[in-house]
Amino acid sequence: MFDIDRWREIFQSIRKNKLRSVMSGFTIAFAILLFTLLFGVANGLGNFFKNAFADNAQNMMFVRVWKTTKPYKGLQTGRKIQLKNKDFNHISEKYNNNIEYQSARINKNFTIKYKNKANRYSVKAVHPDYQFLEKTNIDEGRYLNQFDINQKKKVIVIGRLIMKDLFGEKPALGKRINVNGSSFLIVGVFSDDGGDDEERIAYIPVSTSQMMYGNNDYINQINLGYNQNLSTDAAIAFGKNVELEMRKKLNIHPDDQSALSVRNMAQANKYVSIIMFALYLIIIFIGSGTLIAGIIGISNIMIFVIKERTKEFGIRKALGAKPSSIVAMVVQESVLITTLAGYIGLSLGTYILSYIGNSLEKKYFIKDPSVNPEIVIGATVVLIISGLVAGYIPAKRAANIKPIVALRAD
Amino acid sequence: MIKIEKLHKSYPIGKDSLHVLKGIDLHIKEGEFVSIMGSSGSGKSTLLNIVGLLDIHDQGNYFLNGQLIKNMNEKKAAILRNKFLGFVFQSFNLISYKTALENVALPLYYKGLKRKERLKIALDYLEKVGLKEWANHLPNELSGGQKQRVAIARALVTKPKVVLADEPTGALDSGTTDSVMGLLKDINNEGMTVFVITHEQEVAEQTKRIVHLKDGVIINDFLTKEIKKA
Repeated sequence: MFDIDRWREIFQSIRKNKLRSVMSGFTIAFAILLFTLLFGVANGLGNFFKNAFADNAQNMMFVRVWKTTKPYKGLQTGRKIQLKNKDFNHISEKYNNNIEYQSARINKNFTIKYKNKANRYSVKAVHPDYQFLEKTNIDEGRYLNQFDINQKKKVIVIGRLIMKDLFGEKPALGKRINVNGSSFLIVGVFSDDGGDDEERIAYIPVSTSQMMYGNNDYINQINLGYNQNLSTDAAIAFGKNVELEMRKKLNIHPDDQSALSVRNMAQANKYVSIIMFALYLIIIFIGSGTLIAGIIGISNIMIFVIKERTKEFGIRKALGAKPSSIVAMVVQESVLITTLAGYIGLSLGTYILSYIGNSLEKKYFIKDPSVNPEIVIGATVVLIISGLVAGYIPAKRAANIKPIVALRAD
Repeated sequence: MIKIEKLHKSYPIGKDSLHVLKGIDLHIKEGEFVSIMGSSGSGKSTLLNIVGLLDIHDQGNYFLNGQLIKNMNEKKAAILRNKFLGFVFQSFNLISYKTALENVALPLYYKGLKRKERLKIALDYLEKVGLKEWANHLPNELSGGQKQRVAIARALVTKPKVVLADEPTGALDSGTTDSVMGLLKDINNEGMTVFVITHEQEVAEQTKRIVHLKDGVIINDFLTKEIKKA
């Protein structure tokens, strides 16, 4: 029910009792401000963790080999392990259901020349799926395809910064460049969110590399993207299976991490989600602490305010005010103040967070701190309701004090 | 207007109770100007509080304007106070953050009048007590006598049946006491029932009937020479 006269009374009471109004408002605004900042910063930390792995596919997994450091089944240490095409094919066929993307990888370092400019770059010989594993963005042309693999074509996809190094501002697509003495056709230019190092790379078909550099079927790594439908635990188990299988196949000691290792993003994802969970527990704990402090603050102030106004209520009652009108006046005033103050705290907090933006990412691992409006509005509503209750209970009591007692109060 | 029969009132003090009013019989007719006299502790304020519906009695009957006061809750009492009674207190009891005019208009707000109407009537009453020029001043900008006149205007603004004044001159010097009593006399002359509580003989003598209270009983009830003047 809207009663303009009551609101006039309330505004007068707020205006004429500034200190009291500001004090109760400040408590609420400060609680909401802290709450907003806290949630924002925590979200920023969360965003940072999530993004730390974002330049590779979240479901990536790779098998890497080197030299043995433990003797096994009569085989000596220091034996160099070599992955071959048949290993790659075996895994990809056996675990077909668990695999979304698959690519072998051979790591090379070659001098790439165009006209009079030359530089050494990392050249990776891969399968077409590697684009998705590395989250490579094609800017111009295309990525490698199955036809390139089948025909062992001498085509190359270069990083944005290689193009810049060798071509300056001129177009590179369709040009031929010299890679380690052979001429390759540039079919694509890519960019990568992983930073500069990831953009000074060139990709060539794995089959072309094997034919040209040694004419063998050697590969350095098997890269897989596990099926996204797998649960984290299932994905971890899948990784373990692959590892066991490869160790058996290549006669490697089960504990020999140097000879063979499987890096599985599922494992990292699991750690991240555990960290995030712990982080959110802490936030919920501190956040609700802040809210409770705010609630206690507003309750104290309301008790004080009502004590201070007991005599005024007695006068009003002597003049004919019903207890309900006094309670309504106090509660409406309290709700008005908490709502306004909550809004101020909320806006200020949101503003500060947007001002911080990404400026703390490098030093403090806080990326894009922001809050879900629902959470903060929910917190504000909680405080408004507690302001209402905090006003209602003592006001109800004060309004029911006999006017003669209230008038005696000072 | 006010009829009291065998009225008793006790206050609990710890485990014991203090018997303050011990069977009061009092009848005040419309248009009377009565003062209740007594030393402190005689029960005079308690009597006024019960008459003013600010407190409730334990035993006996109390009729206000012919209506038996019984089973009062705060809401009913508030309505009756607003309708029938006007209060003047020793300590004025003005609301400090409201101007004189707003203080006088407040009872009309609880009566449910529109703001414009309230302020117009309130200004009329302020004029009546000679404070029209002070309408927009806050209580702390007024002298004691002025404050009490604002309080009287506030008591009158709802056109009550009875004005109840609890030591209205208790906080005033003799000059302002006379002007406040003069005002109450004027009101009474216009036909209003006025009920004053005081311990000052000079004040009581300006009313038309004096009731002496001692230890919770009426020991004396007589008309003053004022009534002969009138």
